[in-house]
Order: sequence, then structure tokens, then C-alpha cells
Amino acid sequence: MMTELSLNVLDVAQNSIRAKSSLIQITVSINTMQDQLLIEILDNGLGMSKEQLKKVEDPFFTTRTTRSVGLGIPFFKYAAQSTGGVFRIDSDPGKGTSVTAIFSLSHIDRMPLGDMTSTVHTLITFNTDIDFLYSYTVDNKSFILDTREFRKILGDVPFNIPEISEYIKDFLRENQDEVNNGRFF
Amino acid sequence: MKTLEELKAIREKMQGQVGLRSEDANQTRVVVGMATCGIASGARPVLTTLSDAVQTKNLTNISVTQTGCIGLCQYEPIVEVMEPGKDKVTYIKMTPEKALEVLEQHLIRGQIVSKYTINSEGRI
Repeated sequence: MMTELSLNVLDVAQNSIRAKSSLIQITVSINTMQDQLLIEILDNGLGMSKEQLKKVEDPFFTTRTTRSVGLGIPFFKYAAQSTGGVFRIDSDPGKGTSVTAIFSLSHIDRMPLGDMTSTVHTLITFNTDIDFLYSYTVDNKSFILDTREFRKILGDVPFNIPEISEYIKDFLRENQDEVNNGRFF
Repeated sequence: MKTLEELKAIREKMQGQVGLRSEDANQTRVVVGMATCGIASGARPVLTTLSDAVQTKNLTNISVTQTGCIGLCQYEPIVEVMEPGKDKVTYIKMTPEKALEVLEQHLIRGQIVSKYTINSEGRI
């Protein structure tokens, strides 16, 4: 199992990268009134056939040839279901895939959300040719990071040079702190 | 809230200063396994520690990248060092601290840290 949900997000987003997505949307939405934490990863990559989609939640299915197990999706699914939550994966060949996990926020078995800043920062700075749209919401407060907006401003300045990489990290950390308003999830 | 205005200011400052990193044959490649097995065993902080250190030390001849699963899941996090003209060195069960040791000893001083390689302790 992963130790925090942000690692599941990083892992599932790696599938989107392998599926040659050009835009990956990651949504984290916390609703304290409904006692719910929703995580969604949506991509415009290759997608999966109905056949593959049926097998993807099976821990003994993988497209890799280096090992015979594929635990990424099962880990995420069990993490959600063990809180009484919901897990859903939809895919359309040629259009993309969406993975949605809903957790019961206060459930004792819910893993901590963990370091989302590191996950999103790693994804952006190590995959500079892919665009990311990240949104983080707690109740009625939220922030968005859209690398397409960053790209418009930066032109040919790459995301992985120290100054920009640092800015992206600060942007994620400071804005999440502000949205969290002293609370930890 | 951090704003896009700050990004514009950085962009102004950077204008004309950004030299493209050389991706030539003399480049040393450092590769971190970032599949489920790697991530679950702690590859994310290893990757970011290496990448941050390479940037702060301005080691322009080293590029840190990520890869998938190489089939040695029980030894993750794995860091592979590929220097031009030399055999690949595979470091296993890495932590950010061990990775920094590899950076100092191997990547900067050229001494392989054999206690962390897969060949040590009769593993292979």
C-alpha cells in the first residue's frame, strides 16, 4: 500500500503519462459538510478498450513486461473502498481516461492526503511537455494551477530551471496553505 | 495567495539568461524508477532530492530523469547511473540521504559507492 494518497495520485498520473496524454487534470476536493474527499485524475491519452478496462482493477493484470502484477489502480481503489467510499474508472479509446476516488473524510482508515505539493511539482517539472490542470478545493475556497497559463507567460523558459521550479513549488505550497486555513487533511 | 504577476517578474529577470542545457554525449544520466513499486517504497523524495541537489550544485553535465519498473521491485527505490563510456551502476534501496552520498562520491568524485550497489552483499 502507499503511505499517503498523494502517492496514489502520482502513481495513477504516471499511467496517464505512459498513455501519451498532453493534458492531465488533477482535482482534489474536500467537503467537510458532506464529510467527503474526492480525487479525480482525468487525461486525454490513449484510453483503454472495454476489455482492458475490465482487467485494470485486477492486481494480476499489467501491460508491463518487467513484472506480472499491476498494483497502482488496485491500491487506489482499496484505499477508497476501505473508507466506505467509491472508486470509478472510465475510459474511451482515443479520448482518454478518468479515475475518480471518493473517500469518507473522517473515516479512521482514510490515509492522509500527504504532500500534494511534491506530487504535482514532480509531475510538472519532470514532464515539461505535458500540461497539467490542478485544482484544490476545501469547502468554498480553492485554487487552480494551470501550466498552460504558465506557458503563456514563460514562452520558451522551461519549467525545470531552478527559478521556475522553485516558484511552482511555492505557488502550490502557499496556495494550499491558504485554502487549508490551518487544517490538515 | 501567490500570483502570476510574480511569475511574470521572474520571466523578465530570466530573459536572455536561459541557456539550453546540453544534452550531448558527455551527459551523465541518473535515472530513478517511478512506477508503483518505486513510488510505494519512497522514490519520490529520492528523485526530488537528487534533482534539487544537481540544480543547486549547478552540475550541468548531469541529467536526472524518471523511468518505469525495471523488474527489481524488491530493491526499490532504485537509482541507475549511466556515465558515457562506462558500465551502468545500479544503486538499490535508496533514501534521500544515501542518494546524496551517491551524488557526492560517485557523480562528483567518480568513486562508486559499492556498499549500495546491487552487486554488493552477494545480491546478484
